[in-house]
Amino acid sequence: MSLQRIGANGLSLIRLDAILMGLLGLLMLIGLAVLYSAGEQDASLVVNQSIRLGVGLAAMLVLAQVPKRLWLLWAPYLFGLALAMLLVVEWVGVGRGAQRWLDFGVIRFQPSEAMKITLPLVLAAYLSERPLPPSLMPTLISVVLVGISSGLILVQPDLGTAILVGTGGLAVVFLAGLRWRMIAGLGALVMAALPAMWLNLRDYQKNRILTFLDPERDPLGQGWNIIQSKIAVGSGGWSGTGWLSGSQSHLEFLPEPHTDFIFSVLAEEFGWLGVMAVLVIYALIIIRCLQLAHQCTDPFARLVIGGIVVSFFVYVVVNVSMVSGLLPVVGVPLPLMSYGGTSAVTLLAGFGLIQGLHSRRRFMGH
Amino acid sequence: MKLARWFKQASARVRDGAAELKVIDRRFQWLGAVMLACLLLLAGRFAQLQIVDHELYASRAENNRVALRALAPTRGLILDRKGRVLAENRPAYRLVVVPERVPDWEAMLDQVGALVTISDDERARFNRARQRARRFQAVPLKTNLRSDEVARLAAHRHRLLGVEVEPYLTRHYPHGALFAHVLGYVGRIDERDLERLGPDRYRASTHVGRTGIEQAYERVLHGQPGVETVETNAQGRTVRVLERQAPANGQDLQLTLDLDFQRAAAEALDGHAGAVVVLDVDTGAVRALVSAPGYDPNQFVNGIAPSAYQALLDNPRRPLFNRFLQGAYEPGSTIKPFLALAGLAEGVIDSDEEMFSRGWFELDGEGRRYRDWKRGGHGWVDLTKALAESVNVYFYEMAVDLGIDRMARELALFGFGQPTGIDLLGEGDGLLPTRAWKRGQFGEAWFPGETVITGIGQGFVVATPLQLAHATALLAAEGRTGAPYLHTPTAPSQRVVHADPHWDAVKAGMVEVIHGPTGTARAVAQDVPIRFAGKTGTAQVFGLPDDADAVDEREQDNLPEHLRNHALFVGFAPIDDPKWAISVVVEHGGGGATVAAPIGADVMARVVQ
Repeated sequence: MSLQRIGANGLSLIRLDAILMGLLGLLMLIGLAVLYSAGEQDASLVVNQSIRLGVGLAAMLVLAQVPKRLWLLWAPYLFGLALAMLLVVEWVGVGRGAQRWLDFGVIRFQPSEAMKITLPLVLAAYLSERPLPPSLMPTLISVVLVGISSGLILVQPDLGTAILVGTGGLAVVFLAGLRWRMIAGLGALVMAALPAMWLNLRDYQKNRILTFLDPERDPLGQGWNIIQSKIAVGSGGWSGTGWLSGSQSHLEFLPEPHTDFIFSVLAEEFGWLGVMAVLVIYALIIIRCLQLAHQCTDPFARLVIGGIVVSFFVYVVVNVSMVSGLLPVVGVPLPLMSYGGTSAVTLLAGFGLIQGLHSRRRFMGH
Repeated sequence: MKLARWFKQASARVRDGAAELKVIDRRFQWLGAVMLACLLLLAGRFAQLQIVDHELYASRAENNRVALRALAPTRGLILDRKGRVLAENRPAYRLVVVPERVPDWEAMLDQVGALVTISDDERARFNRARQRARRFQAVPLKTNLRSDEVARLAAHRHRLLGVEVEPYLTRHYPHGALFAHVLGYVGRIDERDLERLGPDRYRASTHVGRTGIEQAYERVLHGQPGVETVETNAQGRTVRVLERQAPANGQDLQLTLDLDFQRAAAEALDGHAGAVVVLDVDTGAVRALVSAPGYDPNQFVNGIAPSAYQALLDNPRRPLFNRFLQGAYEPGSTIKPFLALAGLAEGVIDSDEEMFSRGWFELDGEGRRYRDWKRGGHGWVDLTKALAESVNVYFYEMAVDLGIDRMARELALFGFGQPTGIDLLGEGDGLLPTRAWKRGQFGEAWFPGETVITGIGQGFVVATPLQLAHATALLAAEGRTGAPYLHTPTAPSQRVVHADPHWDAVKAGMVEVIHGPTGTARAVAQDVPIRFAGKTGTAQVFGLPDDADAVDEREQDNLPEHLRNHALFVGFAPIDDPKWAISVVVEHGGGGATVAAPIGADVMARVVQ
């Protein structure tokens, strides 16, 4: 038996998928390498991030062991709990200007992160209990749940996470077979609601959008970020300036090179080829997840996986569009590459859920 | 479990599992197509930026070197009501270092250190700033250079690589301590300030208002930064300016304060610790606002030396304490005019009615005697005489008849127990006690004796000098004046109407205080050429034994200073058509009549002229 086979068998024993784990591992290694360069070769950043990823992998392993029927059973309560915490955070949350954290004394916890997993879970459970495609009432109820969840996150205010949670939830409804005319109706509703949403955005969010439309409007503030990021990306060329030698990243023209703008560092140092390589890895991760979904024969598992994958995908697209000036700066990290803990842990936990739903094996059993 | 049942509610429709999976499959295909399109779009976008437009961005990267530089706006001046400058910007020189042009740090610091002294503090601050700055950005090493230092540095300039002497504007307060507590001062911006203020507006600024007017009107005074696009060479030195958008300088701020009045008030305090507030009765405009002792705000501008700061903190006279804004003083007898109005409005007393003062007051069954300041009492007393001679027994009795809650309600109409709303930050509330307050605070019932002493402004009740002046202005203007303000007027306060028929009676009593034959402050009338009205007050600092006279000014001189009573005075002038209201608090001054009233009279005389 080849070494590969043994590895794959070992992973499947603990209900994980070898291909997906390989892709995720590769991505995280590339992420750490870029982080080392972006963080001015500060090893402590890399160590800290490795610890966080380790925590995330542990969470992944734990979640992968939970059997599907328990997820089905728990879904409404988990969602209720996440919703309650979001409400509590509105009252007692701590955060710099934005209310996002719940402080339990020992640990601090961001309820909006839990929403990224529990919302797809509850919608999938709710919809798969009913005939698909869903009829009008379940559809409306689902959309209202999505609205409440992402609305509560939006008022924190955290536009980036609200978008991620919202699209993840809507994806589940869409995948469940929502009829096209309802989609058209919803689309019209959203268009109609846009002006109202604009009025409800915080000033700094409006500024970001206006600045995005015209970066020169604020060349020292938000516009600076977009302009500098595009310069860093563009100067990378075909093959980049080489690891550790991106002038824009290191001359500190680039804002926050190790968090939201880490993709700009990658683009400058590894060029278009490096960008494509990483995008392909992201695409392969998504494709593998979709394959896993396809191998599941029940709607619930498929819908949950679909929702989580879509929000992962939106992460990538929003962040990469943001650093290349296609979208306004909304503060979405690049999944598994940006420096920062909470999103990495949630993402890995989500992958744990995906692999657990797919696996037919009992934990450590044959 | 209702939720669970509803959630799992079985469907009437027969489900076709295979068909449902097919629906989901179709949707996954759609999803895959959308994702693919997005990824292709992104690949295209990066191809555009990195391949098609690579030349453009590569040259811009080269030119990132075409740097944007924020230009600091000039801070607005602060002027008094006649346009005299109270805070200005003076040209000065500072020593700056451009990190990327320094070949050898140790050598550079040694060389510079030989020419000008650089304190450990300055060195530490410089090192912190250096961490934050971009490599081509000048970091200040020493500010406010003396002219001989500038000359020495200029002479050795060719040897000092990466070091420059740069002109800049520094904040200066020409009147020093005189306006310290009103104006406040600016201080250096630190990391936390930047986060709070928004780094964009303050990118080029070095200072921010820390206290007083400088803090309260920071937005107006600061202005908006400008931007300069400069072309730099490979070493980061500016070769030329390509484009310039000038900063919008901060606006000048004209205050209601009058330099002459402020001086008069500070001089009248004559070294005492205390506060003087002068208000324009019609509008609430503040004409003088002194807290003494002061401190020199200039030493804070470029960073005060830790030893000097410690000395200010350790000073027992507390020069940093803002007495007019945050001082909480028992008002003593200065509260009597307001209580008199309360008694009249509530029908508890009548201005003509007389009562007999035998020198003390006793609560039924309590046994403790609350005394008049005059041994043997004042005899038959009406309202005018009660105010003129500050007859405690008259007010003890009235306080008991009103009750504490009614007193609190009435005094609140004159602004006691709440901030006046002046345009400064951190104003104190003072305190108006009530039964509910005491229960909440101490979990104890209110004692009748506490009502009695509230009648002479003692016990729990405290007020800031600003509140006392504002209340006096309200009384002088017969119920309508604006909240005190230094620059931006506020809406007139709710008119105190229900005291309407009684203003004259109370004012007459306050005139008698100064000009009556037995008024407590009659001595000052001889020294001051103007006619005015007022009320003296003395607040106990050191509790005297029960059977001693509550407040006997003659004994005060024998006490050490820190045990002497606080002396207070409130007043207004002219008598018939009041224009000015004043409050004076002298900490440990001894007696209101002997110390605070002369100060008040002195300031009044200078103001009325």
